Amino acid sequence: MIKFLNVTKDYPKTGAALKDVSFHIPKGQFAFLTGHSGAGKTTALRLIYMAEPPSSGEVRVSGFISSRIGARDVPRLRRRLGIIFQDFQLLEDRTAEENVAFALEVTGARRATIGPRVMRVLTQVGLAGKAHQYPRELSGGEQQRVAIARALVNDPVVLLADEPTGNLDERATRGIFQLLRDINASGTAVLMATHDLDLVKSVPAHLVELQHGAVAYDSAEETGAERAAP
Amino acid sequence: MRLVLRETMLAFRRAPLLSALSISTIAFSLFVFGLFGLVAVNIHAAIGTVAERVEVVAYLRRGTPIEAITLGMADIQAFPEVQSVQHVTEAEALARARRELPEFRDIFQDLEVNPLPASLDVRLKPEHRNAATASVVAERLRALQFVEDVRFGNDWVEKLDRLRTIATAAGTVIGAAFALVAIIIIGNTIRMAVLHRSREIAIMRLVGATDGFIRRPFLLEGLTKGLLGGLLALGLCYGTYSLVGIYHAAEFFTPAESAIGVVAGGLLGLAGSLVSVGRHLRSV
Repeated sequence: MIKFLNVTKDYPKTGAALKDVSFHIPKGQFAFLTGHSGAGKTTALRLIYMAEPPSSGEVRVSGFISSRIGARDVPRLRRRLGIIFQDFQLLEDRTAEENVAFALEVTGARRATIGPRVMRVLTQVGLAGKAHQYPRELSGGEQQRVAIARALVNDPVVLLADEPTGNLDERATRGIFQLLRDINASGTAVLMATHDLDLVKSVPAHLVELQHGAVAYDSAEETGAERAAP
Repeated sequence: MRLVLRETMLAFRRAPLLSALSISTIAFSLFVFGLFGLVAVNIHAAIGTVAERVEVVAYLRRGTPIEAITLGMADIQAFPEVQSVQHVTEAEALARARRELPEFRDIFQDLEVNPLPASLDVRLKPEHRNAATASVVAERLRALQFVEDVRFGNDWVEKLDRLRTIATAAGTVIGAAFALVAIIIIGNTIRMAVLHRSREIAIMRLVGATDGFIRRPFLLEGLTKGLLGGLLALGLCYGTYSLVGIYHAAEFFTPAESAIGVVAGGLLGLAGSLVSVGRHLRSV
């Protein structure tokens, strides 16, 4: 469902951020993208939500292909993805409920359906009681939950998480991580970029490790290689 | 549409200071342009008043029968350049001379014979009150049998023409410069509003908003700010006009010109938003 085929991304000033990267995340999978900061995790995610095209190679996401996608198709792709960030990216002057509803409104969803859908996802992330609070009135973990609710409200096929626990204490980190696991259990693929190795080790999951922009390790490749060996 | 309206209202409510600032910036740049417009309108009106005096006077031969004059007047009235023809008899000419030249009243008083000839005073249509047309009409009048001589003040009409040309050229250049300054200031003001909300724009894009959807509230915001700025500028112009009016009679814009000014403000706001948002969307 997410496929990188020999993807290279060069930036004119800073050089190559990704070098000949290939990996595949199937539907419904929970996968980690790890590596030191600067290893290319964020660039890889940006290529997935097609904020920019690869310099060479091809990125395929849920039927959209980087080499053929038009500017008009990018919003359609984004509506099938949920994206969360380390800094939450919430609108400060809107309540939790309004932040989530915003993601539906921009897609032109019918007004009558918005309220119930927003409440459903806020309940799912455990924030039904704080729907009318503003981001500044919520803890970091709660703000990330609002962001997750916003990412989920369009029923995405995959949730992209860029260091979602980077700004959180350990307790909140565990809570968010568990929430992501629950979301995955209900069928949504999750691709989580993180450098928190404790988290990575805590569960069995597909692991892709980047080093200096290249794939240093891919657990799927390894099992494939082992199977190929006599 | 309701969503666009709501988002626009929200933009005003969330950044009231910035909105007030951009509206007053737009208002003042349009005000400066409007002041210039007022000056131009009044110069134009003043020139128009002077131009009203452009008149071609055909002096008639003594003893021309009144029937010939009446027929001739009908012919002259039919000239496309001519607005009106007035027959001034010898007696009327003398009466007018006494009235308009009081310093010579004594001389006119002592006259035994009226030395002044009768004349046809030909007034031209406003658009033809220039030296070229006046001399064409004068030539045509000169060809008439009962006309002895034709005068139209060639010299000062030519000066008037020159004045008009200078006023138009200077008006166009200065007006264009003021308009350009207004456009640049308004464009930058709106750009500030866009930058102020760049984070919001980035988030809208992430959740799958199309560029058209992102653009619409900004366009409405720009249009509204432009219209409000235009109205405010019109009010300021009117205030200035009233103030000047205490000392000196002046002309104000016609209702149509005022409306055009306000609408132009709105369109500038709209165009400024279109350019700023477009550039911003392309750059991120």
